[in-house]
Amino acid sequence: MSRIALALVAGTIFGVGLFVSQMTNPAKVLGFLDVAGDWDPSLALVMGGALCVTFPAFAWARRRGAPWLASSFSLPTRTDLDGRLIGGAAVFGAGWGMAGFCPGPALASLGLAEPATYPFVAAMVVGVLFVRGLDAQRRREPGLSQQTSEAS
Amino acid sequence: MTEFTPVSALCGGLLIGIAASLLLLANGRIAGVSGILGSALTQRDDRGWRLAFLVGLPLGAWVASVWAGGADVFIAGSPLCLVAAGFLVGAGTQWGSGCTSGHGVCGMARLSGRSWVATATFMVTAAAVVFLRRHALGG
Repeated sequence: MSRIALALVAGTIFGVGLFVSQMTNPAKVLGFLDVAGDWDPSLALVMGGALCVTFPAFAWARRRGAPWLASSFSLPTRTDLDGRLIGGAAVFGAGWGMAGFCPGPALASLGLAEPATYPFVAAMVVGVLFVRGLDAQRRREPGLSQQTSEAS
Repeated sequence: MTEFTPVSALCGGLLIGIAASLLLLANGRIAGVSGILGSALTQRDDRGWRLAFLVGLPLGAWVASVWAGGADVFIAGSPLCLVAAGFLVGAGTQWGSGCTSGHGVCGMARLSGRSWVATATFMVTAAAVVFLRRHALGG
């Protein structure tokens, strides 16, 4: 099976999982985030259930030299904590708390044809392009990138 | 507001974990939706598998909703609020190099310190925003 076919299968299983766990329903996600209200702990079990599988899978992958269909694993290598990581996570969290949608469920919900979710998804794509565009611009301007490397 | 649904939450979580593990063990890739989306939109290299994964998300949700005989999607807020929220989610996940899937499901399993810190940060921030809007500001 090609890597593209495998990615389609993995994405589809992922989408089924998001639907089954009801993460495609923002009200359900906000019920989890509302710890001071009528708290719904379901989402903790979604993440817990996923980690039950990914934890041993990553441990196994570490012992393997290569994945089944590719020559090597492509994993992040950075270990430093910086302002961009924490600030970005905080900005993401603010948006998540406002709507109850994170990227996976937002894209998966397109399959449920609920027009109320379209403005969110469109704005999310714009946000992605905005930051990727800024990053590309910074790479094109050596003076700016030098400043950032000195600062970090 | 919503009922605690432990069985469907756990089953859905296991499926998400299986999907992420499959992408890792077969393709050697992290199933981080925001990273895959950002790269698919801006890079020609490896666009094929990224688009295939992204198409799978709504496809899977659609198949599951047909099988279940319907879907609950309740999203609240004015269009302006939802647009602002979407922009923050899009931009924040690119600045922070990941979202609930990349940091939460994959990074925490890799024991990445960055992912543990990022996950704690977006969880606490999201809960704080919900608290402010529903309780402190009187929703």
